[in-house]
Amino acid sequence: MLYRLRRLGIQIYLVFIFSSLSTVYALDATTIQQLAAQDSDSKIAAIKRLVKNQDVTAIPLLIEMQNGRLNITQQGQPVALSESGQVKEIPSGKILNIAPEALQTVTVNNRLRSSIEVALAALRLSVADHNTRLRAAQELTTAEDEELLELLERSLAKESAGDVRLLLEHALANIKIKSPDAEMRRDAVILLGHSDNPNTKLALANLLEKKADGNYVEADKDVRMEAAKAIAAIDRRLVIPELIGTVFSGLSLGSVLLLTALGLAITFGLMGVINMAHGELMMIGAYATYVVQVVFKEYLPSVFQYYLLIAVPAAFLVSALVGIALERTVIRYLYGRPLETLLATWGISLILIQFVRMIFGAQNVEVTNPAWMSGGWALAGGVVLPYNRMAIIVFAILVLWLVWSLLNRTRLGLYVRAVTQNRSMADCMGIATPRVDWMTFGLGSGIAGLGGVALSQIGNVGPDLGQSYIVDSFLVVVLGGVGQMAGTVLAALGLGELNKFLEPHTGAVLGKICILVLIILFIQKRPQGLFALKGRVTEV
Amino acid sequence: MHRPKSVGDIFVALGILTLSVVSGATHAADTIKVGILHSLSGTMAISETSLKDVALMTIDEINAKGGLLGKKLEPVVVDPASNWPLFAEKARQLLTQEKVDVVFGCWTSVSRKSVLPVFEELNGLLFYPVQYEGEELSQNVFYTGAAPNQQAIPAVEYLMSKDGGGARRFILLGTDYVYPRTTNKILRAFLKSKGIQDKDIDESYTPFSHTDYQTIVANIKKFAAGGKTAVISTINGDSNVPFYKELGNQGIKAKDIPVVAFSVGEEELRGIDTKPLVGQLAAWNYFMSLKSPANTAFVNEWKNYVAKNNLSGGDKRVTNDPMEATYIGMHMWAQAAAKAGTTNVDAVRKAMAGQTFKAPGGYLVKMDETNHHLHKPVMIGEVQANGQFQIVWQTKGPVRAQPWSPFIAGNDKKQDIKLGNL
Repeated sequence: MLYRLRRLGIQIYLVFIFSSLSTVYALDATTIQQLAAQDSDSKIAAIKRLVKNQDVTAIPLLIEMQNGRLNITQQGQPVALSESGQVKEIPSGKILNIAPEALQTVTVNNRLRSSIEVALAALRLSVADHNTRLRAAQELTTAEDEELLELLERSLAKESAGDVRLLLEHALANIKIKSPDAEMRRDAVILLGHSDNPNTKLALANLLEKKADGNYVEADKDVRMEAAKAIAAIDRRLVIPELIGTVFSGLSLGSVLLLTALGLAITFGLMGVINMAHGELMMIGAYATYVVQVVFKEYLPSVFQYYLLIAVPAAFLVSALVGIALERTVIRYLYGRPLETLLATWGISLILIQFVRMIFGAQNVEVTNPAWMSGGWALAGGVVLPYNRMAIIVFAILVLWLVWSLLNRTRLGLYVRAVTQNRSMADCMGIATPRVDWMTFGLGSGIAGLGGVALSQIGNVGPDLGQSYIVDSFLVVVLGGVGQMAGTVLAALGLGELNKFLEPHTGAVLGKICILVLIILFIQKRPQGLFALKGRVTEV
Repeated sequence: MHRPKSVGDIFVALGILTLSVVSGATHAADTIKVGILHSLSGTMAISETSLKDVALMTIDEINAKGGLLGKKLEPVVVDPASNWPLFAEKARQLLTQEKVDVVFGCWTSVSRKSVLPVFEELNGLLFYPVQYEGEELSQNVFYTGAAPNQQAIPAVEYLMSKDGGGARRFILLGTDYVYPRTTNKILRAFLKSKGIQDKDIDESYTPFSHTDYQTIVANIKKFAAGGKTAVISTINGDSNVPFYKELGNQGIKAKDIPVVAFSVGEEELRGIDTKPLVGQLAAWNYFMSLKSPANTAFVNEWKNYVAKNNLSGGDKRVTNDPMEATYIGMHMWAQAAAKAGTTNVDAVRKAMAGQTFKAPGGYLVKMDETNHHLHKPVMIGEVQANGQFQIVWQTKGPVRAQPWSPFIAGNDKKQDIKLGNL
């Protein structure tokens, strides 16, 4: 019995092999010739035929075509041409000895790419892997091609997984809203009302449009009513993801502002140095990131993804050293003379810019994001939270924690607070104030360098980088209240959120102006900022 | 009296003779000065630096072939640092102190508008190599980039076609200055003429050097939920890097929402991972990927020049449309000067009319007889994973420029100027 079963199994297996072998030849010469045709219409016709025949063997070919690597040899054989110029057989990947010049490339454009994507999804509905089917069904929910109707119905009948079935039903409904039967259209519209894909809204909204002759696209009044209801339902469900998206982008802008302002909150806020070179210390941090990245690319390409782990301490160190050098050579002679400090540090900032220009050139340098930072996390409703923004928010929290614990949990922090609150008293108590001065300035500069690392990941790195952030940094520190860390945090996040909630209504240019006006009004009313220092402060 | 009276007189006569010969020789060894006015720092440096490099390459090429009118060309490079008033100062310096015969320069229209009064006052000659919004025609400028009908309008027509995705809603997104604003004004009028309503057009602007495109990209997505949407980007300078990064990170695919850019070419994409951007579009009159013997020669000449002079970027350096336009412009200017026999601005202007040049793009481009613009072919390319463009649409041949767009009211009364007149 067992033996017979096994034999039967082998037979079935063999039949399967043969049938799959025979389907290899389903990619007949005419189809391939048509794929290589000049005009998109015949290419699309060929792709549709592959879908109609449910030709699963065409999947590797379509993938190569989608990536623009599909070529046809003079004998009419489809091959893949890799970027390094290797010619490979499809699907075996065997390297063929054919000169790339002898090949005819199958060109694809956006229109072809989307029909290939639909075709791939349609073919993948019949594969065994559940996740592949799920992704395929997801892709098909926005397909409008009526020829897919039959295939979708067949797949739905075979499908057992509930999540895939749901998506298939949506896909069917998306096509059925064009059916001539009003009842069927109505059911389809009701079903689509449960979707949270913003693109289905598109199909529904289309029904409510008026045609050129003044009639609605959708003739039936009932169906139109259902469509309006469905759109309202989708809109209601999209409110929360959209709100999350806006809050997130405000948070991300706020943490960028926080990172650029934290260093200044120390050098200007605590020490009272009007440090116009603060932006340049950030720029130096960004260039340090660039150098580390170049070194990694050159010598350690295998661990390139982790270059930021080295770039962060490197940027901190370099900026801190530059800051300490500034403090020791220039700024320490100018304590208590704010105007001279302003001019001197502004001059220093120009020197630093020119210095970097001489070493790295005036053009922007290219800082590559590590691969784990590209892409994003997709929420429902098409809202995507990009990974690089998330990384910066986390980084800002870490830096904030570091600064806070340095100032509040260490002996250096105690000294810093003592010296900034009452220098002569601290001096009397035996604190070496000059040493505390340069260490504090170094810390502030190093934090500015960390801000530079963050900026290098989202914007451009050039010698002028600091110039565009210096105003914002001062704004945050002054608004938060000079000398108050909590104020800086609140001001940065507040400005970020305010900006992002204003921008959709006012546009980027006017939004920025609005915020500046608001800040001017606020500072008029409350010159000490959000939080004012309490108690006796001698040096202000 | 007919003979020199003394040996002294003979010496004097000889002296004068030698002097005149020597001065004649120094005059012959004199050079023709060519001013190069491109931002080498600031937000526009990303685009303009390679225009300076290609101008120097072309000068080398002309000099290697014996120069112009028996003289060598001598480049005078200045850096206006993406600072518009500084452009005017540097232009004045080139014309009055350096006494250059011609200037190749500017990218943004705002920089061109700022130097224009200087060139008109001092009767200088500017070759402007970048596509722009039109609405200008100066005796002192030759425009070798595209006018709106040679770039913007065909690109929008393509987006509305079946192959371009059949877009019915448009987002006009630009940097906030004269070029994007005017182009969008023209495009809005054009779209209206095609039956697109105002509610289906969204216009927004960002400042120069803007880096935070989160809201803009989120807004693109939201707008696109209302119908097949395309984005028309006139963002200029290094803001394009964060814009395209954000597009990629937020997962916008070209097949769903195509973005066509008018100021993004091979050079601007050099610093970006283009894999998430495959299929995004750009409209130009030249692409590096063009297959023609003339282009192969041009690209090779550029690669050799980069290697020889050890320019930063090395073998990753690319050619693009404004570089080709600079190259064409300088060659045409040299041809016109050779024809006129002088570098005098008025004579060269007259000789420029109808000048032709076999462009690297493979076409024979012609300087129009009356409107100071080139006849150029229009091409639309899709971004590939390697940062190059694949041409998906192009005109049959060169198209005549319409600097006065018919889509702006009142332009029908404005006329081309006759070269050399006025």
